[in-house]
Amino acid sequence: MAEHAAHHHEPGEDVVFGQYETIEQQRESYIVGMWTFLVTEVMFFGGLFLVYTLYRWKYAEVWHGMSLHLNFWLGGINTAVLLLSSFSVAWAVQRAQVGDTKNQIRLLWFTVACACTFLVIKFIEYREKIVHGLYPDWAYQGLPDVEFGPSRLFMSLYFAMTGLHGVHVLVGIIVITTLIFMTKAKAPSISDYIPTEMVALYWHFVDLVWIFLYPLFYLIPA
Amino acid sequence: MSATATTTARAHPEKNYLNADHTIASWLLTTDHKRIAVLYLISVTFFFFIGSIAAGLVRLELTSSQGLLLTSEAYNKMFSAHGVVMIFFFLLPSIPAAIGNFVIPIQIGARDLAFPRLNLLSWYLYIIAGGLILFALAGGGFDAGWTFYTPLSSLYSDTQITIALVAIFIAGFSSIFTGLNFIVTVHKMRAPGMTWFRMPLMVWANYATSLLMMLGTPVVAITLFLVVLERTLGIGIFSAEIGGDPVLFQHMFWFYSHPAVYIMVLPGMGVISELISAFSKRPVFGYHFVAFSSLAIAGLGFLVWGHHMFISSQSVYLGVIFSLITFLVAVPSAIKVFNWAFTMYKGYVEFKTPMVYAIAFLGLFLIGGLTGLFLAALDTDVHLTGTYFIVAHFHYVMVGSSTIAFLGAVHFWWPKMFGKMYNEFWGTLSAIVIFAGFNFTFFPQFILGYLGMPRRYHYYFFEPAWEVYNVMSTMGASILAIGFLMPAFYLTASLLNGKKAPQNPWGAKGLEWEKAASPPVTFNFSEPVVVTEPAYNYPSADRPGGAMVHQLDQLDEDIEKLEGD
Amino acid sequence: MLDSLLANFPIFPEQASEHAADYDALFWSITALTVFFTLIVVVMVAYMAFKYRKGSNVSRKGQLDSHLGLELTWSGIPLILALVIFFWATANFMKQRDMPEDGIEIFVVGKQWMWHLQHMNGVRENNELHVPIGVSVKLTMISQDVLHAMYLPEFRAQYHVIPGRYTDLHFTASKVGEFKMLCAMHCGTQHSEMVGKVIVMSQADYAAWLEKGGNRFEKEAKTMAASGAALFKRKGCANCHTEVDNERAPSLHGLVGRTRSFNDGATHVADEAYIRESIYEPYNRITRGYINTMTAYKGQLTEVQVRELIEYIKSLGTTAGVGDGKIVPYEQPEQPLGADPGTPDNATKIANERKSAAATQFEQSGGRN
Repeated sequence: MAEHAAHHHEPGEDVVFGQYETIEQQRESYIVGMWTFLVTEVMFFGGLFLVYTLYRWKYAEVWHGMSLHLNFWLGGINTAVLLLSSFSVAWAVQRAQVGDTKNQIRLLWFTVACACTFLVIKFIEYREKIVHGLYPDWAYQGLPDVEFGPSRLFMSLYFAMTGLHGVHVLVGIIVITTLIFMTKAKAPSISDYIPTEMVALYWHFVDLVWIFLYPLFYLIPA
Repeated sequence: MSATATTTARAHPEKNYLNADHTIASWLLTTDHKRIAVLYLISVTFFFFIGSIAAGLVRLELTSSQGLLLTSEAYNKMFSAHGVVMIFFFLLPSIPAAIGNFVIPIQIGARDLAFPRLNLLSWYLYIIAGGLILFALAGGGFDAGWTFYTPLSSLYSDTQITIALVAIFIAGFSSIFTGLNFIVTVHKMRAPGMTWFRMPLMVWANYATSLLMMLGTPVVAITLFLVVLERTLGIGIFSAEIGGDPVLFQHMFWFYSHPAVYIMVLPGMGVISELISAFSKRPVFGYHFVAFSSLAIAGLGFLVWGHHMFISSQSVYLGVIFSLITFLVAVPSAIKVFNWAFTMYKGYVEFKTPMVYAIAFLGLFLIGGLTGLFLAALDTDVHLTGTYFIVAHFHYVMVGSSTIAFLGAVHFWWPKMFGKMYNEFWGTLSAIVIFAGFNFTFFPQFILGYLGMPRRYHYYFFEPAWEVYNVMSTMGASILAIGFLMPAFYLTASLLNGKKAPQNPWGAKGLEWEKAASPPVTFNFSEPVVVTEPAYNYPSADRPGGAMVHQLDQLDEDIEKLEGD
Repeated sequence: MLDSLLANFPIFPEQASEHAADYDALFWSITALTVFFTLIVVVMVAYMAFKYRKGSNVSRKGQLDSHLGLELTWSGIPLILALVIFFWATANFMKQRDMPEDGIEIFVVGKQWMWHLQHMNGVRENNELHVPIGVSVKLTMISQDVLHAMYLPEFRAQYHVIPGRYTDLHFTASKVGEFKMLCAMHCGTQHSEMVGKVIVMSQADYAAWLEKGGNRFEKEAKTMAASGAALFKRKGCANCHTEVDNERAPSLHGLVGRTRSFNDGATHVADEAYIRESIYEPYNRITRGYINTMTAYKGQLTEVQVRELIEYIKSLGTTAGVGDGKIVPYEQPEQPLGADPGTPDNATKIANERKSAAATQFEQSGGRN
């Protein structure tokens, strides 16, 4: 029966898991599942974007003032880095579809490198903020001029939203690296391009979130 | 491949999912949806009893207007523990994860859920979350109620709220993954011929529930997580001190937690559709109305969260809109109740245990739903919100309806799950005792609320006249406790020495009864399933052959075509 | 018989406000509707379950799987009835949320775990509220810590009390006596001890009570506005906020009800919430033409003191620049004195520079310590 299929796997043959009737059904299920998961993720970040919108509307001037404290250039470089990684992961999917494993893995490594660069730059930015006392909990203490309540709100949201995004980048690094090693080891569950496509969907989502975060925090007009 | 399976089944006629393997690892690492359902069944029952103990202490304490045993601090922790454990660890996973996990793949003719390993992960997340909540309780408990309103939860309470919130966050992901699994399974795993409008209503209800889980849970997860950040890292989002808005927390909390009420009730409604149909030997009256009313309830459920905040400084006009939409929920609810009642029309009604539970559900849901009118109405809500009227109302809806439906489901599918029959007399008796005990416990609370007794009060020394209803309520709770304990005994007894269950003990329609053994084999069916008839196609006086002309078959074909594209 | 039964098993809470009777009419109407529908369904279920029980000897010919007419009936009728209740309840609610212009206003602070109440003439009470019968009473409420809810069951009135935000409710007592005043929002350990009472008095008694200074033995001389005036002087507010706008600060005369424009281009009609914010967090909204120089009084003034200041500012009338008749136009020149022309967002920039200086100082002091 189909449950044993995974064990009789020959290289190059599609693996159908026991619960599925056909490979098409399996593929479609994976992709539908991934999109459904991304809907959840949208709602997850959506809550934060809602909070952001309300507070920015309420404290427009503070928001602008505080955005000047964020490093426009570092944020911009990070945006470029992530866009590049989105491109490379999309290319990796295309390579996987035609079965060019060697280049697929190279492109995935490149994506991981971009993700790591992003995190390093993010770390530098965080450090800068913390050194300047621009941490929501600290700003109030000993710094009479930064006691503006809403500026703490801004920093709270900044750390919460970019932090959550950073966690997603970290998860992305782990997932892509795992995918690389499983592809190299020719694991039975990585018999076609579908896992790569799922990972790429996730990665595009992570990039997309940043595409929203960058202007919302760094580029606030007066 | 399926030919092999058939021979295997013939060679070992007694082989089923329960005795396929006996090692502990074969249970803890199983990816079989039926085994995971059993794991869930055991775990939710465990948490149900934990939550009940807390409830018992709360009720006992309230028999005296002066307080009896507990300090105020301990009392607050008790009702918080009761709420959190019952909602996040019993009601939310009970029917979807324990019952739905078992029957949904079988009802649509699938061999398993779409993602069996994800299903196991859901259970492990649930267990980790459950362990954390027990840890929080053992470490002193938490006192902000299950609603965790800021700033009490974020800045003022120094109890174990952080751990409790992390536990709920993890439990949230358990339910998100279950929902995701159900959605993909219903979309992609239906057997040939199992069109959308041939699906049993249990599947429809769980599908609607899954949508709510997917869309609502992430919002509450992030909201509660922001409170955790506020407590641990000082990242304050809801703190009025720095210009944040504590009421915003309520908006985000109820955006999930109101749909969560439907996450608890909708699967119960699905169960009741199955039960009433099976024991009336009639298709559910107005099948498509019942199916669409589930989706309508799910959809409207996302638009009514503001009715929890009529007096939270929300704008009056916003309140009016939320009130109006809330009243609209009355329509799909009424559709369901009347359709269930009419299902019995010209049927062959049989009062087996699950049917008694179903009738009890009708009664309790009716009262729960109708008392919702008082709370949906802006003016009446002002005096009743935050009182025992609310407590009584949501217990009728969530406990009365959801728990009774859960027990009905357990009794209905028990022979299928474990291949054993239970004692019919004790089963019926327990249903009656629970129904009586429930009304005895919660009806007096409606009166208490109208008289003005606020909820979450440790004592009410200023108004001893309320004692009489509180004593009544506690007496009812004792009866209810006996009712809940009875199944624990006779169901265990049935496992040990119950009569062997036939494949279809109720003579019901549905793939789980007609095509799967009791208990089913590991991949559910010994032969591939092809569905050729609509759901609940009982033989009828007018149609001796049982062939029912289903008006929606044409619509089904159109949908299939669309999906093909 | 009925009376003694009701004494032991009360089901009618006392009606102590004018609204209570309206409320109960609606409440019992919905109850009647509830009972009616429950009976319909119970009778229907019982009848069908019995008549069509398995083995009963009745014809099953003419079974129905679905019936559009029936579906429309049982969705239409509940819908219409629901809408009737909706309109009725909404009308009542709107009336209750419409705060009366006249009558008595009382300021309420909720804190863990007591109610603090203050009459406009300065009389203060804790967990007790004396009000006259037949006069509309408006409570303006704020919380000092967590959420509370002011709940007056006999008046059928309730509203949440929220930190950082004024909320209100009103009632007109219709019965002399003592009634419950509860907190209906879980507010921490001693939530159930946050209870007090409303004491409704005849108008003459109330006047006498107020005259002798409430529950105190000595009469407190000052009204809230007078206390506010003293505080205004003591805190040095008058140094900058003079009778007319000057280069340091805008005048507060005639502030309430007029539209303020801010540096960021926004405008707002000055109300109590705005004044409270401007005292606690003046930097949030800088009046157009000024820079952020005012001290933030957050943590320095209690909610009661802020309320006294508001009462004082309200007592300054509703026309701008009373006094010597020199009314300076509210639209100040674009640049205030001492500002660097050319940078539109000067105020923010100055603030930011000052922040950086402080940050350097902070850094030198070795981080958090």
